[in-house]
Amino acid sequence: MMKTLIFSSRTMKEIIRDPISLFFGLAFPVILLILLTLINKNIPTNQFDIVYLTPGIAVFGLSFMALFAGQIIAKDRTSEFLTRLFTTPMKAKDFILGYTFPLLPMAFIQIVLCFVVALFLGMEFTFAIIITILSILPIGVVFICSGLLLGSILSEKAVGGVCGALLTNVTAWFSGAWFDVELVGGIFEKIAYVLPFFHAVEVGRAGMTGQYAAMFPDLWWVLGYSIVISILAVYVFRKKMSL
Amino acid sequence: MIAIMTEKLSKEYGEIKAVDEVSIQVNKGEVFSLLGMNGAGKSTLIKMLCCLVKPSGGKAAILGHDVMNETSQVKQVIAVAPQETAIAPNLTVYENLELMAGIHGFLKKEKTRKVNEMMNTFSLYPFGKQKGKTLSGGWKRRLSIAMALVSEPDILFLDEPTVGLDLLARRELWGVIKDLKNKVTIILTTHYLEEAESLSDRICILQKGKIKALGTVDELIDETSTTTFEDAFVHLVMEESV
Repeated sequence: MMKTLIFSSRTMKEIIRDPISLFFGLAFPVILLILLTLINKNIPTNQFDIVYLTPGIAVFGLSFMALFAGQIIAKDRTSEFLTRLFTTPMKAKDFILGYTFPLLPMAFIQIVLCFVVALFLGMEFTFAIIITILSILPIGVVFICSGLLLGSILSEKAVGGVCGALLTNVTAWFSGAWFDVELVGGIFEKIAYVLPFFHAVEVGRAGMTGQYAAMFPDLWWVLGYSIVISILAVYVFRKKMSL
Repeated sequence: MIAIMTEKLSKEYGEIKAVDEVSIQVNKGEVFSLLGMNGAGKSTLIKMLCCLVKPSGGKAAILGHDVMNETSQVKQVIAVAPQETAIAPNLTVYENLELMAGIHGFLKKEKTRKVNEMMNTFSLYPFGKQKGKTLSGGWKRRLSIAMALVSEPDILFLDEPTVGLDLLARRELWGVIKDLKNKVTIILTTHYLEEAESLSDRICILQKGKIKALGTVDELIDETSTTTFEDAFVHLVMEESV
């Protein structure tokens, strides 16, 4: 356990000392929330209503967790830092938990920050906010483990492309955070329903309106994805470090 | 006492034999260099000895521990300074050393003592609070070796430690490696002939995964009836090519 904590502390320092990570992780979603709220004041639309918008932005903001996780692992591979560590008494669990532990509180802080800013932008404080924050966390696990998985197999540059550009865009398009996927319809809508992002936003929106029972079909999707991707990430990482 | 023993150690990638039945014995406290052209099998051999790559055949033991079945024991006694600098870029020099000491299980007081010892030995004090990524190539290498030594290993693997360094930085690092002689068993891979000549007790020349020659610098010169180590190396390597 001591090795896990020591390695977690190192991961945390690497992330918080990188200003680009901090900008995209914390500031960028907040800026988007503020901008879209301002747009909503001038051109009122239900899509950008603060209660409706905040869970969507929180989910989109979490997509950057995959980039942080993926890049730090890919960098550690490229610089052979992982090679060095693989020759120490550290076990696979120390690495996996050491990479994921610091990102979970960071994901939590990011979601909370979005909601705190939303409160300043006029959202009313209710108990539903706490439930919503907790219900959004599982999609954070999906993103963190996607980063662990992709960082284990891709180069640093490829991780930047796949996690930083592709995954964030896919999240933005198919989550329904910016526009109603039903309006697009067809294959686009079907893909959105298969992926976890739309369901994560729906969970958040159901939570915000106090419809807790309505969270569940969507929450199962997200939890299912988080379990499958976690298992896959752990399997691939262990395979990479085993003899 | 024998520190490293391999017996017909081999590694195949499909049809390619990266390491082909290599049998060596390295004595404790010795600086043993692996020399060869690109693709000769130096790095693969080191990776097998460090439990990073699974051998396809043969045997290898580190201080009596089998590298395939006793990896935990092997990892307790070895340390590696890989070809890349392998440091945590956003951690300070002090934190990098502290991290490695912590991972190896040193408790607080002992950890501080070891880290300070490495800072002192490698003259790292002026850079203690500087982030790893801001160091020059030479200082990154120094830190890399210090990070490997902080765990007090019995065997140190140095994979091309001076590649990419200028002449002065290289000579400085040679001094560091010379100071470690007889304290730690060192396995060194390098492309630089003068480096191997200056630092090694014995040199193993690998070619196409096989041992081409093994001995002290003088033995290799005598064996090839040449006058310099460079000529001896060229003679040995060209022999096969011709």
